[in-house]
Amino acid sequence: MDWYPLFNSLRIASIATVVVFFLGILSAYYIARLPRLVKGVLDVVLTLPLVLPPTVVGWLLLVLLSPRRPLGAWVLETFGVRMVMTWWSAIFATVVVSFPLMYRTARGAFESFDHTLADAGRTLGRSNTWIFWRVQMPVCRQGILAGAVLSFARALGEYGATSMVAGYTPGRTATISTTVYQLWRTNDDAGALRWVLVNIALSALFLLAVNLLEDRQRQRGGRR
Amino acid sequence: MALFVDIRKRMGRFQLDVRFQAEQETLALLGASGCGKSVTLRCIAGILSPDEGKIVLDGVTLFDSAAQIDLPPQRRQVGYLFQQYALFPNMTTRQNIAVAVRDRRQREAIVAEALRRFQLEGVADQRPWQLSGGQQQRCALARILAAEPKAILLDEPFSALDSYLKSQLEIELAETLERFSGTILWVSHDRDEVFRNCRRVCVIDRGCSQPVTTPEELLHAPGTEAAARLSGCQNYADAMPRETDVSLPAWGLTLSCGRRVPAGIRRVGIRACHVRPAVPGDTNCFSCRVVRVVTDASSITILLRPEDAPQDAPLLRMELGKDAWQALPGHTQLTVTIQPQDILLLET
Repeated sequence: MDWYPLFNSLRIASIATVVVFFLGILSAYYIARLPRLVKGVLDVVLTLPLVLPPTVVGWLLLVLLSPRRPLGAWVLETFGVRMVMTWWSAIFATVVVSFPLMYRTARGAFESFDHTLADAGRTLGRSNTWIFWRVQMPVCRQGILAGAVLSFARALGEYGATSMVAGYTPGRTATISTTVYQLWRTNDDAGALRWVLVNIALSALFLLAVNLLEDRQRQRGGRR
Repeated sequence: MALFVDIRKRMGRFQLDVRFQAEQETLALLGASGCGKSVTLRCIAGILSPDEGKIVLDGVTLFDSAAQIDLPPQRRQVGYLFQQYALFPNMTTRQNIAVAVRDRRQREAIVAEALRRFQLEGVADQRPWQLSGGQQQRCALARILAAEPKAILLDEPFSALDSYLKSQLEIELAETLERFSGTILWVSHDRDEVFRNCRRVCVIDRGCSQPVTTPEELLHAPGTEAAARLSGCQNYADAMPRETDVSLPAWGLTLSCGRRVPAGIRRVGIRACHVRPAVPGDTNCFSCRVVRVVTDASSITILLRPEDAPQDAPLLRMELGKDAWQALPGHTQLTVTIQPQDILLLET
């Protein structure tokens, strides 16, 4: 059995989660301080990918990245790089689709953060950066971790946008989800079943790990 | 060693206009909730910026709108004791205090000394939520003092505690602060707390500060109704000055004040404890009907309607010791007196 789709899926989901982790936290941090109107508009725009069908996201991404379109053409011409139909094209798709999960959970965590803690840190002479990393992030860590976990799960299961942007090339762009679809389409039921089982096992393992992590945190206490 | 504050700030419909100077002392900022006390502290600490004005601490300008100076909180050397203490929940007592010590090499020694001095050694490695209310306050104080501030701001230091703990901690806090050589601002809405701990008081009423006064002065001549209310005075009536008398139409009374009443006086205040049962020879005696009697833990509050008062007039509150109440001959009708010097003349 060729394990490439498993490796590729994990690789894409992991990279996407790292990207989304920082992007989501940064956006949440800065957007929480904006005036209400701007915040409302940005909130809608940034959350849209969560409610749009993945195919719509995929189509929009193709408009942006396809070498037949201005940006994609420019990148191809300047760097000689095609941004679609490669294994890492799927990162674009998974980042866009899972970003709202990270952003919204991080924002919720930041909004419930007691800002007098930050004020206290500042009157004690500590920089805003120090306060963010040493107080705000640890205090909000449960929300932020939850966001990262959700993003990873969403990225791992992404199909629609990924298949449009990265396509399905065995051994190159195939992920678990696109492989299952391809095997079903070609009437390879046994093959599809294998990958379905792999996917279920992977997801179950992942959830188990999350639960263990939560338990350990609860035991260690530290929450108010 | 002094703190000078003269600031204005607009927040929606709320207008803050505060001016006072504090020397090396504990100055109380006394005001009802929502009067702008906390906003004032936040402006001094640099958490909020005033619209205009000036804040100077020990000769260092912290804020000056004219010179466009607005030092960040980190450079103001002002310690702020927040209402809920704002201890970092992700850190132990030891780590919380260490945050305030900038000198890395001496950090451990300074923290150890602070833990010892504030009797926190036993809980040094516990987190804030594992500490008692008193320990939390001591931890917050230790943390503030470890940063070596020039001024300390106490924002309702006992609002997070119940009354039993409060009376114990107040003495502790006073002892700790005695050793501090800078300026202390003590924000409170509690008259007694202020009287016990501060020699001078600045009353803040709906965003506006009044001239700094002493607790005694606040009791005997509060000057305004807001100050009188904060000093615990409970009876108020519209008044018309008549030479040395005031006429109080609401109660159908004319009372002698024993001094010339300024023409601008439109209101008087009378403390419940200054309404007393009359004995022969008293001035300002009048007869009242007892409307209601409220029994307190240590005293009795009697709500009275002066005989000549209209039905819808506010009731006059009188406070008596339980024994004095029992000793009265009758409990439905009373002749009471208010000594001339006890009538507080108030400007509006």
